[in-house]
Amino acid sequence: MEQLIASLADGLLLGFVYGLAAMGLTLIFGVMDVINLAHGPIIALGMFAMFFISGATGMGLNPYLALVIIAILGLLFGVCIYFIAVHRVLNAPHLSSLLSTFSVNMMIIGVGTAILTTTPRNLVFSIGSISLGPVTLLGTRLVAALIAILVAALLYLFLYRTQPGKAIRAVSNNRAAAELMGIPSTQTLALSFGIGTMLASIAGGLIATFFSFTILAGGVYELKSFVIVVLGGLGNPTGALLGGLILGGLEGIAPVFMPVSWVPVIEFVLFVVILMVRPTGLMGGGR
Amino acid sequence: MSSSKPAPVGKAIDRGGFDLSAFKLGGWKYPAFWLAIGLILIGGFIPVFTGSNSWRETMFLILMAVSLASSLNIILGYTGYVSFGHIVFFGLGGYVGLYLITAHGWSLWTAALMGGLAAGTLALLLGKAILHLRGAYFALATIGVNEAVRTFINNFDLFGGAVGLEINFLVYKDYGGPATMQWLTYWAVFGLTLFIVVLSYGIKFSRFGLGLLSIREDEDAAMVLGVRTPSAKTWAYVLSAIVPGILGVIFFFRNSSIAPQEAFRLHRSIELIVMVMLGGQGTVLGPLVGATTYEALRSFLLTSPLFKDLQLAFAGLLLLLIVLFVPTGIVGWLRSRYRKLWRVLE
Repeated sequence: MEQLIASLADGLLLGFVYGLAAMGLTLIFGVMDVINLAHGPIIALGMFAMFFISGATGMGLNPYLALVIIAILGLLFGVCIYFIAVHRVLNAPHLSSLLSTFSVNMMIIGVGTAILTTTPRNLVFSIGSISLGPVTLLGTRLVAALIAILVAALLYLFLYRTQPGKAIRAVSNNRAAAELMGIPSTQTLALSFGIGTMLASIAGGLIATFFSFTILAGGVYELKSFVIVVLGGLGNPTGALLGGLILGGLEGIAPVFMPVSWVPVIEFVLFVVILMVRPTGLMGGGR
Repeated sequence: MSSSKPAPVGKAIDRGGFDLSAFKLGGWKYPAFWLAIGLILIGGFIPVFTGSNSWRETMFLILMAVSLASSLNIILGYTGYVSFGHIVFFGLGGYVGLYLITAHGWSLWTAALMGGLAAGTLALLLGKAILHLRGAYFALATIGVNEAVRTFINNFDLFGGAVGLEINFLVYKDYGGPATMQWLTYWAVFGLTLFIVVLSYGIKFSRFGLGLLSIREDEDAAMVLGVRTPSAKTWAYVLSAIVPGILGVIFFFRNSSIAPQEAFRLHRSIELIVMVMLGGQGTVLGPLVGATTYEALRSFLLTSPLFKDLQLAFAGLLLLLIVLFVPTGIVGWLRSRYRKLWRVLE
């Protein structure tokens, strides 16, 4: 029982970070109906940005300060991707945007493996741990979860309280009508794509503080993000955070009852089943 | 939405599903049909004329890519459904076939048929379950299916778990030793390629194919006009799954082993989509041209010292350029450029 609680707590902490990554994916889908297949490599780039900015061989900056730089880089990178690969295919059939974002994926992975190789890296970083009764929480994971919540809250405030945030929601609701109201839709779309990749790269940076990684590591988190996004409903950022918690919790509990290698089977079966019976997600058609 | 089944209007609109009478092959009247057959025959016999094994290996990969891409084209190009995890049929077929060969001593040919049958059955079941999803949802679901099957087989002891299955080299003796076996499997893939291309024509010029094309253009309108969209889509999916299943058995038999990582590589799936897009989706020649170009380009990139490490990035760049600037592919572009070629390039 104690083991179960400890494992669950650990899983939930990770769940917040997974949720943060998935929020990036779902935001982009919600606003422009594009599934960003470059999501995984962007998470991996977030990890490597963390490695180079605060790793022992890099600049050695405090990881949590480094996150600010990673966020800015992620935003700019996303805006670039939007103008290069996404803008022209927005009104084309779905296949086009899937393939154009996947081509970005291939380019990042291709250049990444050539330059960074696929040797696992890790950030030697620890801030101790906290014990609450039987549960010991690793400091890095606890802080990561707190940062994920903070970023999610900031995103919420941005979307609901600021002018550009409201513009994003308006464009997401009805692009043509938003344009008629004088909202610059191209800039707004670019901004939302940038925010989506920013969230992914922050999540990557956070994951790098406690797991080792390669340039290919993003793929796992991309698939997790898909599962989460479908759990929470495509295009629903709040749902994504909840979906992240469900997935994290599942990953925490399941290994107590079965071999770890079965966990992904359950995740993907769940994913397909939810798509089949309730494509709008567990949260309902709410967006 | 698509669960409602509109009643067929009159006799002219038949069941819209898999109906042999709807397969009146009219394609042979077109020069395009003979062009495609001729190209495959010429390509297929190159290794015989040159007598070189390296040509045979190259052509094996190209023919396999052509038939995989042509299969995918039925659901992707004709019907307009993006099957992102199409490689699941290739992998599953391979697994079923190799299991029958290694554990039960079946011959390659019956095992290959069973592989095709397994893939077709999976497609039939999936068709009922996920083909009602549209657009991005369907694409996501196919990725999910591929990953679910891969992770499951990774744990499935009967199929060797994460290690996979391996064929004892002695088995090749029944096929006249490894060298003859390689020729045998080569001709099998050659025959399958011819088959799938003829089938592609047959479908395209049949009423069934017309139903698929109308689903691609506007599914709701097709439904209103009496196309039984659920069953038409399902049969298109099944037809596009069978040949990959058979090919999986042949490929992994030749390869002598199979493992989850290589059988269900999502990346390979997407390469197939690139081939179809490059050549021109929805045309019969498209997958042929696209697969050949892509494979040739890839082997060039792999062997050139300059691009070897950046092969993937280069393929990505190519894909991006196609999607952004030539979304109809090579054949589609030629067709719109030279109107006179319409009957030659189908």
